[in-house]
Amino acid sequence: MPYGDKVIDHFQRPRNVGSLDKTSPNVGTGIVGAPECGDVMKLQILVDENDNIVDAKFKTFGCGSAIASSSLATEWLKGRKLDQALDIRNTDIVRELALPPVKIHCSVLAEDAIRAAVEDLRKKKGARSSAVEGNGAK
Amino acid sequence: MRRIYLDNNATTQVDPRVLEAMLPFFCDKFGNAASRNHAFGWEAEQAVEAAREQIASLIGADAKEIVFTSGATEGNNTAIKGVAAMYAERGKHIITQATEHKAVLDPCHWLAEQGYRVTVLPVDAEGMVDLEQLKQAMTPDTILVSIMHGNNEIGTVQPIAEIGRLCKEREVLFHTDCCQTFGKLPINVEEMGIDLLTCSAHKIHGPKGVGALYVRRKRPRVRCAPVLHGGGHERGVRSGTLNVPGIVGLAKAAEISGREMESEPARLAALRDRLKDAIISKLDAVRLNGHPTLRTPTNLNLSFAYVEGESLMMGMPEVAVSSGSACTSASLEPSYVLRAIGVGDDLAHGSIRFSLGRFNTADEVDYVAERVVATVRKLREMSPLYEIAQEGVDLKAVEWTRE
Repeated sequence: MPYGDKVIDHFQRPRNVGSLDKTSPNVGTGIVGAPECGDVMKLQILVDENDNIVDAKFKTFGCGSAIASSSLATEWLKGRKLDQALDIRNTDIVRELALPPVKIHCSVLAEDAIRAAVEDLRKKKGARSSAVEGNGAK
Repeated sequence: MRRIYLDNNATTQVDPRVLEAMLPFFCDKFGNAASRNHAFGWEAEQAVEAAREQIASLIGADAKEIVFTSGATEGNNTAIKGVAAMYAERGKHIITQATEHKAVLDPCHWLAEQGYRVTVLPVDAEGMVDLEQLKQAMTPDTILVSIMHGNNEIGTVQPIAEIGRLCKEREVLFHTDCCQTFGKLPINVEEMGIDLLTCSAHKIHGPKGVGALYVRRKRPRVRCAPVLHGGGHERGVRSGTLNVPGIVGLAKAAEISGREMESEPARLAALRDRLKDAIISKLDAVRLNGHPTLRTPTNLNLSFAYVEGESLMMGMPEVAVSSGSACTSASLEPSYVLRAIGVGDDLAHGSIRFSLGRFNTADEVDYVAERVVATVRKLREMSPLYEIAQEGVDLKAVEWTRE
């Protein structure tokens, strides 16, 4: 499939490939997709005490546009507030990378990965704050 | 940028000797082979008849048994639908197998919609049909068995001589799609009990758009209804003005392949094994798809676990290969051939077919092996699956989110 320049650029020079410590309380991890479907994305975000996303990493098993979509997502995530992470829409990714219709699901997967990572982080924070409250009541 | 073509099971470069043989038949000897009353027609007819002899001699047939077609899809359609139409009164059962080309499977499915009964035999993990199962599947109303010689995706070579013998015993007609083996492996329609055989020019360094169908004339005389009706060319089996330059090209390609049969397939098989060894010795978790030894000399099909095929191809854009990944197919489904041999969809997504041809060299093979190894390593570095597997987690035990 002939890809646009931006997909090729992200594919050849993927930004932010790697892993963050998934056990850290400040890291949210989202893993979406399935091997038999041909794409799996792992997207991680690291936040500071003010919920600023200070780092984002990804690893992706999938076609060129899946890799490019997740690479782009990490670029867009860095420097955002956690709440604003969810503003990233798959349609923005489609537009930025000029993905053809058959590759739209790659952008959907990237959006799902962002949501899953944010959710994971919120769950961790929620668990922590309720633990703090619990301590206070004692 | 250097470009390397390792997709010769899809199509091949026309051999310059073939092109040279064809050229006079465009502007000079451009006659219609069916024009019986002038020299233009005669020289075209003469060339076509010489071509017929040439094709026939490569498979141990008689020239009268060769029907020229537009290619293998037409050849397979004519053989299967043509026999089905002619023998419907004797029976309406056809046997084929799961890894056939769509040009065999789809005509069979179409016949099933027309009231025929079609048995699609399964294959084993190496892509072989089971002869015992074939025997069991034959019933008194079985009229045709269609089983390919060499598989286009995984290279497995079926035991067609044994299949031919079984068919003879039961007086069932035997058709075989030999696109991947014609001119590459010895074929003899007498010794192998073949009644109908399909081949194509562009797989053997001939032009696209031309092929031949062998239809047996003696013991038994096979009757085959036409798919294309019209002027009654090719003894009524295939109407349409003959593609004279194409036919001349097919014959020249067959002549060269026949002449080089002693050495070329062995050279290709050695290159194929060189490629396989160079890749497998440097990477873990690579699976060979198809039969380890009984395979076409041109075909190497490998699955690279934890890596997706389209991205692997994208990572080495100067190398032309093909993939069983869904992302490279129009249907967005992974290869049905790999499914038939029990390759999981995850590994099917990471499969690459390398296929060799006359113009490939050892130097090219070494270069491709190096590029494959480097690209797979790079992609595995960014594969969450590889990471998870390295942690010792069984990927099958993970609960994935499915779209």
